[in-house]
Amino acid sequence: MASTAVAVGGAPRPGRVRAFLLRLRSGDEIAHLITLIFASAIFLVTVLLVFELYRNSALAREKFGWQFFYSRTWDPVFEQFGALPFIFGTVVTSAVGLLMAVPLGVGAAIFLAEMAPARVSDALTFVIELLAAVPSVIYGLLAIFTLVPLLRTTVQPFLKRTLGFLPLFQGPAYGVGLLAAGLILAIMIVPFIVSISREVLLAVPVEQREAALALGATRWESTWKVVVPYARAGILGSIFLAMARALGETMAVTMVIGNDPKISSSLFAPGYSIAAVIANEFTEATGDLYVHALIELGLVLFILTIVLNGLARLLILATHRKGTAHP
Amino acid sequence: MGVTMDPLLVTATAGKDQPEKSRTTHPAKTQAKLRVVDLNFYYGKVQALHAISLDIAANRITALIGPSGCGKSTFLRSLNRMHEMVRHARAEGQILLDNQNALEMEVSQLRRRVGMVFQKSNPFPKSIFDNVAYGLRVNGLKGKGTLREAVERSLVRAALWDEVKDKLHKSAYAISGGQQQRLCIARALAVDPEVLLLDEPCSALDPIATAKIEELLFELKNQCTIVIVTHNMQQAARVADFTGFFLLGELIEFNETGIIFKTPAKKETEDYITGRFG
Repeated sequence: MASTAVAVGGAPRPGRVRAFLLRLRSGDEIAHLITLIFASAIFLVTVLLVFELYRNSALAREKFGWQFFYSRTWDPVFEQFGALPFIFGTVVTSAVGLLMAVPLGVGAAIFLAEMAPARVSDALTFVIELLAAVPSVIYGLLAIFTLVPLLRTTVQPFLKRTLGFLPLFQGPAYGVGLLAAGLILAIMIVPFIVSISREVLLAVPVEQREAALALGATRWESTWKVVVPYARAGILGSIFLAMARALGETMAVTMVIGNDPKISSSLFAPGYSIAAVIANEFTEATGDLYVHALIELGLVLFILTIVLNGLARLLILATHRKGTAHP
Repeated sequence: MGVTMDPLLVTATAGKDQPEKSRTTHPAKTQAKLRVVDLNFYYGKVQALHAISLDIAANRITALIGPSGCGKSTFLRSLNRMHEMVRHARAEGQILLDNQNALEMEVSQLRRRVGMVFQKSNPFPKSIFDNVAYGLRVNGLKGKGTLREAVERSLVRAALWDEVKDKLHKSAYAISGGQQQRLCIARALAVDPEVLLLDEPCSALDPIATAKIEELLFELKNQCTIVIVTHNMQQAARVADFTGFFLLGELIEFNETGIIFKTPAKKETEDYITGRFG
């Protein structure tokens, strides 16, 4: 039948269909199709997410426009909404968290990958990966019962005495506040940095270490000047993942940040993060504009994450060019 | 157990075997740079080398041949103690570098004097310049001018300068495999080693790149002592002044290359060289 069609019309189509069916039978096409569907599903969910956030924040966007991004007012009673205190709280707590977690995490990863005996390394890594699986509400409890009292009675008075001349460490020591939120974030993201960085360091070819050692480098010189630079892209990747986690972390931060939409130069002061305000106020939001403002905050968080990740990726590209492993 | 032949004695009698070759050794000038005495090597409980003793002549090329797993690489790596990267590996016996015990020397000091080039070329993911400069920097050399000079000198010695002088700041991965291996040689030469160990440096290279490296080794032996492990017997025959044949962790025979390949004393050596096994 197909052959007559070709003979009469001279059209290539039946032949193509048959070829497609043939390939379909071989399984390649099916695998191709199924994996394509899976891959596009991820893309579709992302698009849908942005679209819904955009659509459901229409009222707030129309009313406040760009002002939403730089207004400091958050007044549900008079329906005046601005995102700046929340952006501030989110960025500052994440920055404090990363500032502490990155040296700690990368250092621990170097120890586990390069220096610890294999058995110790495996055991510790298991524990660290367990930490990554602890629900964030548990970290929040830990923060409330241990971290906050410790900050209030010991750490903050000490910082005030020694570094009190800096605006960062001034004001009353409540315990709860930006510093507490940053610290608990640091504790929560360290496992990600450690476990991914360790994997990346272990994947550095042994030839690289040998090359450095054979030149008379000490063990540490070979680690610090050859192994770590070789693994740099992967280590940075682990840091970005940690950053994304810190930006979006809701529960633990909500429990200790103080929930006060203020912008303060002191880390001791209470603050508020985007994720925390959405979680706290969504159920109480009366009025469409209020709900739409909260959803727009969600959109802002999404954009913030994308922008910071994009910047980080640019940073990789910029530093990658010099010592490129893959030309 | 291992058979030792003093290269000094051997060359005196064997020199006339190959008068056509310019690399005939001059007995008067030959002396042992490295002396290995009764070296036993263990990976945990497994003994990999049995009582190896041999002298490696200064400013000569010594080749180590033998089937896979015979211990020749292990032996080579013990000469600058690269085996210490492997857990539970230990060497017993004596390795004397200019009469100093290499096994008790500060290890980074030893490796500065005894450099190594590996089977798989392993440039760092840095520029060509930084690759060569790495060892210099580790050893505390600073200053742009001095570094530049030293890098150029090393690349010239490794016969690579003309090919890369216009792309010193390009990635080391952007040059061919043979060039990468010569870059690794240049990197090793930069710290001015007294001994250069090469672990099958040509096994991943085509014949032209191999020929270039062999040519380079000839040049280099005026400046340092070379020990090369090779699977390629023609290569050993072409480049080496002395050849040692390893089998199952023992040094079966060690002698002037001409003798090993023409009139080996042991049956095992002859069997291996004529291709009856291996």
